[in-house]
Amino acid sequence: MFRVWYRNFKVWLKHLQASLIGNLGQPFLFLLAFGFGLGKSVPEIEGMSYLQFIAPGLVASAVMYSAAFEATYGSYTRLSTQGTFEAILITPITVVELTLGEILWGATKGLVAGLIMLATLPLFGVVPSYWSVLMIPLLFVEGIIFSAFGLIMTAVATNYDFFNYFTSLVITPLFLFSGIFFSLKAVTPALRNGLMLLPLSNIVDLSRMLCYGRLHEIAPLEMELLIILVFTIVSGWTAVILLKRRMIQ
Amino acid sequence: MHSSPSGKPGNTKTVIRIRDLKKTFGKRQVLKGIDIELLHGTCLGLLGPNGAGKTTTIRILLGLVIPTNGRIEVFGEPYPESIRRVKYRIGVVPQMDNLDPDLTIFENLLVYANYFKIPIKVARDRAEELLDFFALKNRRDEIIQNLSGGQRRRLLLARALINRPELLILDEPTIGLDPQARLLMWQRLEALRKNGTTMLLTSHYMEEVSRLATDVIIIDNGRAIARGNPGNIVEKMLGVEVVEFSADEKDLRELARLLRDCDVATELVDDRLYVYKKAGCRELDEAATSMPHVVKRPATLEDLFLKLTGRKLRER
Repeated sequence: MFRVWYRNFKVWLKHLQASLIGNLGQPFLFLLAFGFGLGKSVPEIEGMSYLQFIAPGLVASAVMYSAAFEATYGSYTRLSTQGTFEAILITPITVVELTLGEILWGATKGLVAGLIMLATLPLFGVVPSYWSVLMIPLLFVEGIIFSAFGLIMTAVATNYDFFNYFTSLVITPLFLFSGIFFSLKAVTPALRNGLMLLPLSNIVDLSRMLCYGRLHEIAPLEMELLIILVFTIVSGWTAVILLKRRMIQ
Repeated sequence: MHSSPSGKPGNTKTVIRIRDLKKTFGKRQVLKGIDIELLHGTCLGLLGPNGAGKTTTIRILLGLVIPTNGRIEVFGEPYPESIRRVKYRIGVVPQMDNLDPDLTIFENLLVYANYFKIPIKVARDRAEELLDFFALKNRRDEIIQNLSGGQRRRLLLARALINRPELLILDEPTIGLDPQARLLMWQRLEALRKNGTTMLLTSHYMEEVSRLATDVIIIDNGRAIARGNPGNIVEKMLGVEVVEFSADEKDLRELARLLRDCDVATELVDDRLYVYKKAGCRELDEAATSMPHVVKRPATLEDLFLKLTGRKLRER
């Protein structure tokens, strides 16, 4: 598993610059446009400025984008054109190890993107609390979920265009409706409960809580952690099964 | 350089034993019951047209295809339980170039060594040694994208040897190479064989099989249709000489009738008659001098291959 991770890490070191700018560009642009732009006309939300409100969620979204992108376009390139998966599978490495290695790698890239974003928040006048240290494991687990999501898509993809479905039907809706840009407290209870069943809303809520060291208020902590745990296990497991089906005839 | 680690002196133990191997993809039966026996220190060539089942057989040995039926043992260990352990002792040159395009030659070898849990220091020494052996030393730090086809193939072979395999599996190892590059590959493979590395080879190139293999199995349509050693299988199954006549189909039919009493096999394809000669034949000699378009040449593995698998192009 770590051997597969190591291979990807080694290649990544060679393309460091392009990779970082590519993955971080979008969340930063949103932070600027919404935080500084829209934020000027928005009153306080949950007791903080709009920029403060959206910053932790955008950190979480950076993790999501980076992990999902790596596990789709990146992994699919390794699966198809480069034949890297096949090259690995003719060695003693098994499909399970390959899948877990790829998930772990996508999660690592997600975490790196999230931490860079988090570290630059003070530049925008957002100062994270000490509790933010706990965001490291949280964001890594988030990376695992979206990396596994991406790998599931990779396992069933027949070409790159297929990932458009994933982006427009999964990633973008999650980005818009997981409580990054608006307070989930403000919507009807039924809608809120529905949205809180999605993985990103729980992660965004926990991120905001840890970033500012406040008590969360939307859903019970145990509930949020349980939902994240279930998504982690189920998506990882599904990725293993589907990739096995794809690679072994 | 590659002494086989298991090398008990003078042993003739079986490296691969396959019995009644069958595989069906959907409705298509690709393997219809193949037996294969590969002895230590020998090189077995699997020969067959595209789609015959050669690559499927290899992929089954690597655990990438699960057979529908059949018993497999490699190094005396049963499949599928021991695939993983067995793979530590196998090196593979795949048909498709799947080197890591972003990494250098040297890094490709190191990353691969890591998959076999080879300690980094050992891996470095082996990689240097292999680059030397395959004439790639001065391109050590070159990115794969800048390499020629021949260099890529040599690197694929070098990569396959990083774990000092006792069994080397070569799936069309010289496909798409120019004659010089192919010759260099063959020389390296011959050197490995002399050092006792056991090999399983698939190829379309008859010359390659004649040169490298100690045994041949001709596979067609998922069945083994002939086996023997490349030196005498042609003579035994076909003859020593081929005479090719090209003329009117009617005349050729007449000629074929004349040759019925001789110890020859004939094959009429459109306006060509192939005569495979096992012993002297007066009628044949006469025809060869009187007919206008005649080619006489020694029979080769290629003739046998075409005779057995047909001369028509296969579209599946």
